[in-house]
Amino acid sequence: MRVSQERLKIRIQENKHHHGHDVGERLYLHRHTFIHALPSHLKIVAALCFILIVVSTPVTQWGAFVAYFLWLFTVVKAAQIPFLTLFKRALIEIPFIFFAVLMPFFGTGEKVQVGPFELYREGLIAGSGIVVKGTLGVMTAIILSTSTTAREILRGLERMRLPVLMVQIASFMLRYVNVVNDEMERMKVARESRGFNATGMKSWKVLATAAGALFIRSYERGERVHLSMLSRGYQGVLPQEQKLKISGSIWLTAMIYPLVAVIIFIAQLLIGRM
Amino acid sequence: MHIPDGFLDVQTSVIFTGLSAAGVAVALKGARSQLDEKTAPLAGLTAVFIFAVQMLNFPVAAGTSGHLIGGALAAILVGPWAATLALTIVLLMQAFLFADGGLTALGASTFNMSIVGVWAGYGAFLLVRKILPKSKPSIPIAAAIGGFVSVPMAAISFTVQYAMGATATYSTTTVLGAMVGTHILIGIGEGLITGLTVSAVIASRSDLVYGWKNNAKSLEIRNA
Repeated sequence: MRVSQERLKIRIQENKHHHGHDVGERLYLHRHTFIHALPSHLKIVAALCFILIVVSTPVTQWGAFVAYFLWLFTVVKAAQIPFLTLFKRALIEIPFIFFAVLMPFFGTGEKVQVGPFELYREGLIAGSGIVVKGTLGVMTAIILSTSTTAREILRGLERMRLPVLMVQIASFMLRYVNVVNDEMERMKVARESRGFNATGMKSWKVLATAAGALFIRSYERGERVHLSMLSRGYQGVLPQEQKLKISGSIWLTAMIYPLVAVIIFIAQLLIGRM
Repeated sequence: MHIPDGFLDVQTSVIFTGLSAAGVAVALKGARSQLDEKTAPLAGLTAVFIFAVQMLNFPVAAGTSGHLIGGALAAILVGPWAATLALTIVLLMQAFLFADGGLTALGASTFNMSIVGVWAGYGAFLLVRKILPKSKPSIPIAAAIGGFVSVPMAAISFTVQYAMGATATYSTTTVLGAMVGTHILIGIGEGLITGLTVSAVIASRSDLVYGWKNNAKSLEIRNA
């Protein structure tokens, strides 16, 4: 009894951070805002443009970055994304923050005193640049994936001329990722109910065998899916959806996101001149 | 090795996006000629497999654990063309859905992992397979070496990008040393797991292992 309770606890904990479950549905937040309603390829273009402008801004123009963040938070608010969700999901960039935070400690050149530490000036500037730009990028991607379903993002990429075959591979991935993840989860439960406990490298053989079994099951599933597609008349291409007509005003609405960034960028240049 | 936005300058990002696009285009062509209309379902399910297996934690020591990257593994199991496509899709989905890896750095990450990682691993596998005797037990050994080589090679590719246009201040030699050093260790783990996984697949379904195909002995008719 105790064992099963613990098992349940473990499963619940796992499900919390198991990002494979219900990909697309769990990441997407259903709201009725104009940002959610925008065509997905425009959102992708807007996000990319915004990030490109941010990346091209010189790190020393800190005023511009404050403005970028304020603008980004405004858009987050408009998309009705809870800030807690935004920050929680932004934690994914921690490994690189670590890389950047160490930068001021190792380097050459001029040193500055910051609190108890003596830091290298150049490293400090470059490191904070990476953190700030990276965070803006991550948060922009989060706005995109919380306001657009996975399937819609894929459709957007298709309209942006991602090769059809790539789109198909990606849609197979989306369709089966939950199935295969559940399969892996069942294998894990089965392993552990036989008393397996993964400790150290001596358990690698068992885990690798599980990975091998997972591959065989995935591949065989791929074959079955392929055969069933053939029997339904598949000839290598999926039916195309109708061409979307998008008015200028919708384009403009989507492009407000990078346009404001452009204005901030230009303003920063002008102020820098003075 | 997911590179964030703002880590590489725009020029470098654009160059590597172009290189990756060209690489993926070649892989598309290769996969089509190898798999024909099977490409989409099989590469798709390979992508799912890679995505899932990257979440399988392998405990190392003292509470730390690592996971497989899977470039060489995928290449040996389904062939380098489909592996490149599958890895690219995994990276694309991770960047667009989980914000893992910057959107503007996607080309650079793709280049490191799904082109350099896959092909360096597969190349090493082919080389070792040639040296070893033509028998089943050689395949997991060659696979392990392929897995091992793929990781530091991807790290070197990252260092090249770093030298070309990183916004960081570590010297290139420091980065090269640190990246290659740590990734040799990671590579040892990757190699072991790749070898063990391939040996598990080859034991039950050797026909599914691309790196073993057409290697089986032909049927021999003996007189009673």
